[in-house]
Amino acid sequence: MIQYFPSGDSAFLVKFGDEISIDIHQQIRSYVIALTALKLEGIIELIPSYTDVLVQYDPLIIPFSQLLEQLKKAAENCPEVQSPEARTIRIPVLYGDRFGEDIEDVKLHTGLSEDEIVQLHTQSKYLVYMLGFTPGFCYLGGMNEQLATPRKKVPSDRIKAGSVGIAAGQTGIYPIESPGGWQIIGRTPLKLFDPNRTPVFLLQAGDYLEFYSISNEEFDQLNGNN
Amino acid sequence: MGTIRIHNPGLLTTVQDLGRFGYQQFGMPVAGAMDTYSLKLANYLVGNHRGEACLEASIMGPEIEFLADALIAVCGAEAPLLLNDLEIEMNTSLQIQKGDVLRFGMIKKGCRLYISFAGGIDIPILMGSKSTYLRANIGGFHGRALKLGDELSIGDAPRKFVQRSLKPMDLLPIKTHQHIRFIAGSEISRFSFEGIKTFLNSDYTISPKSDRMGYRLSGAKIEHKDGADIISSGISNGAIQVPADGEPIIMLADHQTVGGYTKIANVITVDLPLLGQMKAGDTIHFSEIRLNEAQALLKAESQQLNDLCNQ
Repeated sequence: MIQYFPSGDSAFLVKFGDEISIDIHQQIRSYVIALTALKLEGIIELIPSYTDVLVQYDPLIIPFSQLLEQLKKAAENCPEVQSPEARTIRIPVLYGDRFGEDIEDVKLHTGLSEDEIVQLHTQSKYLVYMLGFTPGFCYLGGMNEQLATPRKKVPSDRIKAGSVGIAAGQTGIYPIESPGGWQIIGRTPLKLFDPNRTPVFLLQAGDYLEFYSISNEEFDQLNGNN
Repeated sequence: MGTIRIHNPGLLTTVQDLGRFGYQQFGMPVAGAMDTYSLKLANYLVGNHRGEACLEASIMGPEIEFLADALIAVCGAEAPLLLNDLEIEMNTSLQIQKGDVLRFGMIKKGCRLYISFAGGIDIPILMGSKSTYLRANIGGFHGRALKLGDELSIGDAPRKFVQRSLKPMDLLPIKTHQHIRFIAGSEISRFSFEGIKTFLNSDYTISPKSDRMGYRLSGAKIEHKDGADIISSGISNGAIQVPADGEPIIMLADHQTVGGYTKIANVITVDLPLLGQMKAGDTIHFSEIRLNEAQALLKAESQQLNDLCNQ
């Protein structure tokens, strides 16, 4: 059952459930499409997450009672929504070598060899549930449990942009340089976030992502093209 | 186009407008002025459109040399304003001549100064906004706070000078103890009755661990019913998250787009500028108001600004 909560005087939270699941994710995807299709004046933007959509609006253009009506209408329209086929984005990664500074720790913890780590990491098709934390950072689902490794006890001051890491049962990519505690197993030469490019962001909620392994030379080639 | 040269950048001076919208779903924070009300007033005084970029100076005002004639205004925190060492007025449009040097005395009241320039600040619009998002080093002036020696392009002084001034009643009521109004948060049911009572009956102090991303408050701990964590979810400006330690954090201009802590409340939009003028050591008392009342206040504020512009 969908719940509607005001989130201050300029946003509404539309909540679909209490857990991370593909089903809830797809409901959210359909809802975003249905709400966008209403072309409501006064909606500023939508922020989808694991279990809800935050609808930010201008109350001077659309007061809350009117908005709530329309939010419910969008929910009713969902069954008719044809979600476009999800994109699959392939991300090249140079595993281990000069950028996988924590791959030894992952090997120690999981008991896997570097080749096995790379194989398991590249085998899965990951779902981008949402973005947040920093610009371009994707919350991915679908990592193989065998790869799970706890976060670093002492976080790193500086994790370089493009770093691919593991933290407990999650995997992800750091789009910009930042401090962090993830175990870094490799790096992608792709820029997930480039404010001077169209598109600014390579990935969005609803995309699927696949990693593939590249060589040192290929990394330098692709890096040069940024 | 005129130019200004920074002789002293102050403590944290950045280019801000009303924020960067349209990219929060990608994790891009809105940023923008902490006190949007004073920014709008400063723009009105120089005939700019309401949301034009200004300089936001926190704690200490900058020293600026003007390399061409200009029209400027300063609103927000109260501080002595000196033009070539002569004290001049805040909250009024100021004609500046080539060679003039503007500087500030210590801020007496409030926290942030807004300096507007007729014709605006000429820097690239990045993802729809001129606001600086410091954590990712993007937007504004090269994605960073101003430094000694920086030169920025600003608009020309208009050919016809129109004097505009603000009356005391137009200004934001800056205080070191504020009553801040909120709408109950989406996770209010996650707090115990005692916890909510505590929140309503306590005075909270803004801790030194506060910045443009958010204000950490120290004071009576707020009790949860069953834990402080939620599945990461979208956050609005003014959302008050309460982690397990029970001390609330108010999310402000540079806040991350999603968060994992229960939210007890959301500060109403008209009260956000009041927070923007508060600093470490200042105190807050919270009270709840209804959604329709909060929206009526927004409407009244907008009307007030419209009336000002139409005088």
